[in-house]
Amino acid sequence: MTPTASPHADGAVRVRGVIKTFGVGDAKTVALKGIDFSAAEGELHLVVGPSGCGKTTLLSVVAGTLDWDEGDVSVFGTRLDGMGKGAVTRFRRSNIGFIFQQFNLIPTLTLVENVSVPLLLNGAGRRTAEEKAAQLLKQVGLEGRGNKRPTQLSGGQQQRVAIARALVHEPRLLICDEPTSALDSATGHQIMDILSGVARAPGRCVIIVTHDPRTHRYADRITEMEDGRVTRVLDGAALGEFVSMTH
Amino acid sequence: MYLLALKMLLGDRAKYIMLVGGLTFSSLLMTQQNGVFQGLLSWTTSHMRNMRASIWVVESRVEQVNETKALRDTDVNRVRSVDGVDFAVPLFQGVMKARAADGSDKQVQLIGLHGGTLYGRPAVMVDGDISQLRVPNTVVVDELAAQPTRLGAGLGRSLKVGDTFEINDREARVVGICKTERHFFGYPYVFTSYDQALQYAPRQRKMLSMILAEPKPGIPAEEVARRIAAETGMKAYTVPEFERSTVAWIWRNTGIPASFMTTIILGFVVGVAVSGQTFYSFVLENLKNLGALKAMGAGNGLLAGMLLFQAITVGVIGYGLGLGLTALFGLAVAQSGQPPFKLVPLYLVQTFGAVLVICVLAALFGIRKVARLEPAIVFRG
Ligand SMILES: Nc1ncnc2c1ncn2[C@@H]1O[C@H](COP(=O)(O)OP(=O)(O)OP(=O)(O)O)[C@@H](O)[C@H]1O
Ligand SMILES: [Mg+2]
Repeated sequence: MTPTASPHADGAVRVRGVIKTFGVGDAKTVALKGIDFSAAEGELHLVVGPSGCGKTTLLSVVAGTLDWDEGDVSVFGTRLDGMGKGAVTRFRRSNIGFIFQQFNLIPTLTLVENVSVPLLLNGAGRRTAEEKAAQLLKQVGLEGRGNKRPTQLSGGQQQRVAIARALVHEPRLLICDEPTSALDSATGHQIMDILSGVARAPGRCVIIVTHDPRTHRYADRITEMEDGRVTRVLDGAALGEFVSMTH
Repeated sequence: MYLLALKMLLGDRAKYIMLVGGLTFSSLLMTQQNGVFQGLLSWTTSHMRNMRASIWVVESRVEQVNETKALRDTDVNRVRSVDGVDFAVPLFQGVMKARAADGSDKQVQLIGLHGGTLYGRPAVMVDGDISQLRVPNTVVVDELAAQPTRLGAGLGRSLKVGDTFEINDREARVVGICKTERHFFGYPYVFTSYDQALQYAPRQRKMLSMILAEPKPGIPAEEVARRIAAETGMKAYTVPEFERSTVAWIWRNTGIPASFMTTIILGFVVGVAVSGQTFYSFVLENLKNLGALKAMGAGNGLLAGMLLFQAITVGVIGYGLGLGLTALFGLAVAQSGQPPFKLVPLYLVQTFGAVLVICVLAALFGIRKVARLEPAIVFRG
């Protein structure tokens, strides 16, 4: 499947009127209450808000890893709603890169092997995949460490490996959930530097869910959420004000 | 990805060793027990390979070769007169008490062969001359009988040609030593002439145990056996028929198969339990990683394939090791022949199949878990 090119820059990710409910009866939680959200190409977009407001749920919907109840979701012009599970999986495989709070590197594999996974999933041969993986490791400053295992690295280094893995197959959308919250302040800034440098490329969109106000200044746009809804979208002067206020 | 799947499992040393160990033990238990069982079963039909007659005629109620119900002497001639029978000879078969040089009694399997033809004689002579059986009071014993712990007792060595012992107070002079395949009862073979056997055995009204017959050239044994049975009312078996009937009798009338089957099934169950449990906990521990793979776009089919590949790989290794250990066991007991042991290729293939079934079952537990896994879980701390 080749996603049709987006008609305008604002169309990297579009979410319209999405409702997501967890559980039934008394245990029922409405995590997303008809939410609208959009992110543009070439943009580093932060999603912020109090705990439990639905940030991760929104991210999962955009990533196609979670079904939702109502509303439309399109990523680079491809509608995810109404697409079969298999098609969504294939779409995700080639178009989306993931960075998780807990890194989620496979501990028994070497760094090069970990980074090559997305390429292998996309059908690349082992040699090609590992060469490309080594290149990416170099880009995130881990040259020559390809044969180490994740457990031999610090948290910041592991997250750099995860960034290499998220980018190795050149996805157009990068999805990060709390990429800095398991890291100390200095390391968090390093990671954000890498993300805003390496990840933000023309035609690519980076969405980061975060609790961490130190990350705000890296944003091109910030969407603020509360209780399953978007309360504010900040850019331009309003964004500058927000950053200096929260810093 | 399959290579990486293997590395994931190999990286978890403890689980890997547990899995391979469990499957090795399970394979060993299944193949070794089956080997002993098959060996034991083959002992029950060793008469047929030791005497090599084409057709075995027995009393109509006899279902297995180790059972004798006496026939009338005239029955031999009735068999001879059946069309298609080349020749038919009487056979005596009975367990007798033999007395060694030191005065101790040893049980032996006495076989009385037709003096004229010696049809049914053992295939391999180690020493002596079987035609000497035509001389009165002579016997040919097998190597087992000749052992210093058996009829050689009191001599301080094995029995040799020229030595004597007693069967039911009558002298038996050894004129030959032969090789035989061991018998189910564990008694050694002593061959003599039919007439001599009647001298050795306690007197009874009917002494003929069986009739051995040979079909005329060009006529199938099955056909001749069928005619003998039809015309005489006795039972006539070809070798494969008698083997089948004997083994079937053992299955029906003894607890031996049941006890071996219990152990073999136990091996299977242990295999499923140990490997299923270990594999499932491997999957549980890797749930986050598997979820991450799923988020990155690994489909259920690929993940199931990876788990199956892991399970089958450890299965093949476990089976290989189990079979290797079984073979070592076989080599170790080959010298003494105790316990009996026989690896039947068909059963080895079946055991391999059983091990694969174990692995697939083990993998299925994990696959079910992974298939239900929401990839979104990786976003949850
Ligand atoms: N799998 C689930 N089952 C039931 N309820 C869920 C599930 N996932 C999320 N929720 C609920 O949905 C709401 C939104 O959760 P979500 O994880 O999206 O919040 P969040 O903004 O990411 O919070 P945090 O900042 O703590 O990560 C919460 O009330 C949460 O309890
Ligand atoms: Mg969250």
